[in-house]
Amino acid sequence: MTLMTKFLGAAAAAALGTGAALAEPALIFDLGGKFDKSFNEAAFTGAQRWAEETGETFREIELQSEAQREQALRRFAEAGSNPIITMGFGMADPLTSVAPDYPDTKFVVIDVTWIEGENISQIGFAEHEGSYLVGMMAAMASKTGTVGFVGGMDVPLIRHFGCGYAQGVKAVNPDAKVIANMTGTTPAAWNDPVKGSELTKAQISQGADVVYAAAGGTGVGVLQTAADENILSIGVDSNQNYMHPGKVLTSMLKRVDVAVFDAMKAGADVKTGGVITLGLAEDGVGYALDEHNAALVNDEMKAAIDAAREKIISGELEVASYYTNDSCPVLDF
Amino acid sequence: MDVMPKWAEVILVPLISLLLAAILSALVILAIGEDPVAAVKLMVTGALGSSYGWGYTLYYATNFMFTGLAVAVAFHARLFNIGGEGQAALGGLGVALACLYIPWPHWSLALVGAAIAAGLFGAAWAAIPAWLQAKRGSHIVITTIMFNFIAASLLNYVLVNMLRPKGAMDPASARFPEAVQLPTLHDLLAPLGIEFSKAAPANISLLVAIAACVVIWVLIWRTRLGYEIRSYGHSESAARYAGMPPNRIIMVTMLISGALAGMMAINNVMGEAERLVMNAVEGAGFIGIAVALMGRSHPFGVFIAAILFGFLYQGGAELALWTTIPRDLIVVIQALVILFTGALDNMVRMPLERVFLALRSAPKPGRKEG
Repeated sequence: MTLMTKFLGAAAAAALGTGAALAEPALIFDLGGKFDKSFNEAAFTGAQRWAEETGETFREIELQSEAQREQALRRFAEAGSNPIITMGFGMADPLTSVAPDYPDTKFVVIDVTWIEGENISQIGFAEHEGSYLVGMMAAMASKTGTVGFVGGMDVPLIRHFGCGYAQGVKAVNPDAKVIANMTGTTPAAWNDPVKGSELTKAQISQGADVVYAAAGGTGVGVLQTAADENILSIGVDSNQNYMHPGKVLTSMLKRVDVAVFDAMKAGADVKTGGVITLGLAEDGVGYALDEHNAALVNDEMKAAIDAAREKIISGELEVASYYTNDSCPVLDF
Repeated sequence: MDVMPKWAEVILVPLISLLLAAILSALVILAIGEDPVAAVKLMVTGALGSSYGWGYTLYYATNFMFTGLAVAVAFHARLFNIGGEGQAALGGLGVALACLYIPWPHWSLALVGAAIAAGLFGAAWAAIPAWLQAKRGSHIVITTIMFNFIAASLLNYVLVNMLRPKGAMDPASARFPEAVQLPTLHDLLAPLGIEFSKAAPANISLLVAIAACVVIWVLIWRTRLGYEIRSYGHSESAARYAGMPPNRIIMVTMLISGALAGMMAINNVMGEAERLVMNAVEGAGFIGIAVALMGRSHPFGVFIAAILFGFLYQGGAELALWTTIPRDLIVVIQALVILFTGALDNMVRMPLERVFLALRSAPKPGRKEG
């Protein structure tokens, strides 16, 4: 055991904390990976925009496994990164244990709204509102009266998406059928385009002619298959219209990029200790309209959706949230 | 019989293997336009330059000691247990159940209880392939690796459908109660006046792992069972002739091996995460194979090799954090080390043996390096 004591002695002699305070912001991507063309990529886009505008740099890491979450948080905090921006609900538990150890570091977490911490800023989105709008569009564009929904990992968050979507569909066409499938029950479901493609094919065979993917990187397979089979698809989080021009009806935008950009801009002064929910009113969610889908969205559709948007913002129309009592009034999962 | 002196066998061969791996890794890093010297510096300071780095290095090393010992014990009976991954995953389940459902009054009791639960679960997972090998002759390599997949699926099911707290989204168990939190090296060293990073996850399991190294050494070289295991490993027919029942040796060896792999969970599940997450083992079961090969299945060799791999793991994590070297290439570098120290052992050994033979047959020069 003398060897051991020698090691520990050496360790004790070495100074603590290698990196001096860099105060660079850090961004921790979730398991879907940085280039998932969706949730994480939106964050990267926001960070990139901040870096270009300010000429500064940021640290980043793509997580490979659940077990790395805490280490990545601690490492960035030890090295003086501030603020540390983290993506996804998987960070909720690691953050509650790490954040109190670094009271001077600000943490920002996207998609988490239920934890506590003086130095944590939690940002949630009203995904059901945005999904409601694209659901309306799907119902208007559908000729068969059957539309599909492909979720990523089967968690309340994704059911929340699906529930808003189904309500939008039913608002336009009460007889419409919504087929909902989840890719899996583990985080691997965020990055499984092959399975996404299979699910899309299965939904097409059941008559779906518009499919909404709320599945991170898995959505790439959904959009691809929809384009191959000549039906319409709806992208999520980032604007995915460009991926298959003329085949992607629209994208449900979740402005993760704006949230990340704002957090980086605020830097170490980012406001913490509370929950921010970004909905239609804050332009936190919405739908994408650009040259790639202009031909698919006619004026009548646009007018109807914008009217619904105004009503939701004014409070006249309320989209039921899946979270309220863990169930959806119009869709069974 | 031995061509090489012991010191060359134990030190020179692994050292040259490491050197070759390092050179190849440097070429890989150069090829993607990064500076290999800076990368090595970063790895060394990141893994060994602070008590924080040491804390992580030793934490990983603890994992590898358990899985390395597991492979080493089986290897003495010429059983190639590559199911450490699954056995450790099941051990994690044992730890989680013990910590969540038994109200432990103190962490020390919890540690004993959880270690027993982890060992039992790991051993149970190894028992089925062992039984299939002993009774049916199904090759242990095939069955243990298949059991890794079954373990992953089983854990997946249990976590998602049974252990996940209501309303939680990520597939993980609830956090273990405060009472079962194991003291970290920070807590252990503070009374001795040694300042150790509070954030690092190395914990008392390290001492358990070191104790396990000693116990396994005693078992293999100082007990009757160890003698039986080694005899069986050298020659099954000789062991049988000497009245040692092969089936019993296979079963017992694999149970010990599985229990050791399972006990890894007291470090990663109980000591670090304090809850059971998906993929908690993170490949330590497979690293254990490399550790055992590099350590020549000797507990002390396993101890040293585990620390080396702990260093590689933590250093690799640092590279991922602070450079643009992609994560996949870091895996390549780690794989090169495994390849050279484990699989390509003979590539270094045989030329080296020839050199020593040449030196020996030469009239006088002696056996110093010359």
